[in-house]
Amino acid sequence: MRTLKYNQAISEATVQCMKNDPNVFVAGIGVKDPGGIFGTTEEANELFPDRVFDIPNCENAFAGITIGAAAVGKRPLIVHPRNDFMFLSTDMLINLAAKWKYMYQNGTSVPVVTRAVVGRGWGQGATHSQSTHALFAHFPGLYVATPAFPSDIKGLMVTALTGDVPVVILESRAVYGLEDEVPEEPVAIPFGKGRIIREGTDVTIVGASLMAYEALRAAAILSEQHGISAEVIDPRSIRPLDEEIILKSIAKTRHLVVADTSWATYGFAAEVAAVASEKGFADLQAPVRRVTLPDSPAPVSKPLEDAFHPTPMSIAQACLGVLRQEVQVTSHVRDVQEAFAGPY
Amino acid sequence: MIRIRVAEETVGRYYPEQEMRTPTHFSIGQEAISVGVCQALEQTDAAFSGHRCHAEYLAKGGSLLGMFAELYGRVDGCCKGRGGSVHLNDPSVGMIASSAILGEMIAAGVGAAWAFKMDGSDRVAVTFFGDGVTEEGIMHESLNFASVMNVPVLFVCANNGLSTNTPLSVRQPRGHQIWKWAAGYNIASEHVDGSDVFAVHKAALRAVAHLRAGKGPYFIEAPYYRTRVHVGYETDEMKNYLFRSKETVEAGKALDPVLKATRKMIADGICTQAEVDEWTAAMVREVEDVVVQAKASPFPTVDQLLVGAY
Repeated sequence: MRTLKYNQAISEATVQCMKNDPNVFVAGIGVKDPGGIFGTTEEANELFPDRVFDIPNCENAFAGITIGAAAVGKRPLIVHPRNDFMFLSTDMLINLAAKWKYMYQNGTSVPVVTRAVVGRGWGQGATHSQSTHALFAHFPGLYVATPAFPSDIKGLMVTALTGDVPVVILESRAVYGLEDEVPEEPVAIPFGKGRIIREGTDVTIVGASLMAYEALRAAAILSEQHGISAEVIDPRSIRPLDEEIILKSIAKTRHLVVADTSWATYGFAAEVAAVASEKGFADLQAPVRRVTLPDSPAPVSKPLEDAFHPTPMSIAQACLGVLRQEVQVTSHVRDVQEAFAGPY
Repeated sequence: MIRIRVAEETVGRYYPEQEMRTPTHFSIGQEAISVGVCQALEQTDAAFSGHRCHAEYLAKGGSLLGMFAELYGRVDGCCKGRGGSVHLNDPSVGMIASSAILGEMIAAGVGAAWAFKMDGSDRVAVTFFGDGVTEEGIMHESLNFASVMNVPVLFVCANNGLSTNTPLSVRQPRGHQIWKWAAGYNIASEHVDGSDVFAVHKAALRAVAHLRAGKGPYFIEAPYYRTRVHVGYETDEMKNYLFRSKETVEAGKALDPVLKATRKMIADGICTQAEVDEWTAAMVREVEDVVVQAKASPFPTVDQLLVGAY
């Protein structure tokens, strides 16, 4: 099968969905720029210039504008170059889109699909490198996906743009260069189905977004340096969450580490730990460990930033911890963003 | 207008029974704006409203049973008892949605209009809101977007001078005129007496012609007198004039849009007082029947709690 990079997979999903449904349109600040949001909207703009809209700065109103358009039959695909700006859209997404289908009970839905990029590295700092996934996943009525791999984002976008649920898709900027096999056809991937991206027997690592990839690299360290077999699960969508795949895995490995691109408190890692505790407690031989951001906003200065984000090494160290192996991880893999030369 | 007035007064009469358990913002006094505008629309045009949505829901053609059963939390309610008074809607007649959160439906109205424009349709959208919303940031964003994108949306600001109980004087700059402010976005804008249904209707016809001609958005500010407290059926009199002076209330009563309209029609020889009384009595009978039907409609069963959740 041919391979695509992450941004190419997004672009392909967008174009195919626009070809298949004339109601799909793309809108966001800068989507018509040369280069098109890291290469994700350029082809759509070339093929369908009348259905790709650059817009004024209005994250609050615009989320509502797309909900109104969806209510009368459109399928908006909204793009935010940084998901931190979605805080301005929260009223519309949480108070309106998430509640529409349940509350209005009139057979209509507002399937707005919001893509947003999560920054990382090169000093993106406190307001350009947060990930809002747990916030949006808290409220019933939104689907939230954090795909890490090209094939997954393509399939989830196809589902989102043909379904009847409002969806938030968060894309880590750090995985944009990843490449893997992607089907040429628009093959839908369901929400609520995770994927075992590496099989193992000693410890389960659940990683959302970039952390799925980092968990794979952690598993390689564990295998090569410590003789430990880690199973890595990418939930792909965090709401709905595939609890079954996680519980089955911990029934096998009896140990769980959860890695996340956000903070521990009330977050995705807390949710997975709670699921394991409520439904898989008897299988666990050690407390769950969370590998998350330290409890501060993101700093800019390089040494501080380097210390801020979870790494394959810190995930591997946590796995050794739950396995009660008092050994330090000494091997080092390159930062996932090392080749990124900024600025944005 | 008589239909809406009778419906609302009936809600007010039954409200103290504690069977309609939903915070209700009465539209009494506002009927001329809702009716004057909706009469200028086609059923296929889209309407959006805020928390004070009863008059617009009925004026756009929403069913009385859908409204009353909703207020009673029954399965025959327009939202099957999920939405309550502030979320009335009936897409089959173009009443797309109402929402209790200030400003949401302004943006949604702009979005529907934008969709109509994308489709090359001649449908238009109207969004009804109060003066309080014009202080929200979303109002600026929506006016700006609608103007830049030249979308066929009619903004209708029903200005009662109060946001809950807070008067305009402490919320907006002295001398501020909402319709002139909207005009600053290059949006065709006018001010019309919101207690005069004929004047509102003429303005709405001008607005809709403007929208259908592809000339971009339109803004109408229509002041009116809110006859009840912010939420609930009580009058100022019943609240011992706690929020407004007796003089203000007496002056407001003179603006009753139903009385003004019927007096004018009688004076113009269009109808007689006897006919008005007859229409009113017929509406009272119809609404009382609807109340009986709404009360007879079953509550949703508890096993319905998660139906529609995902």
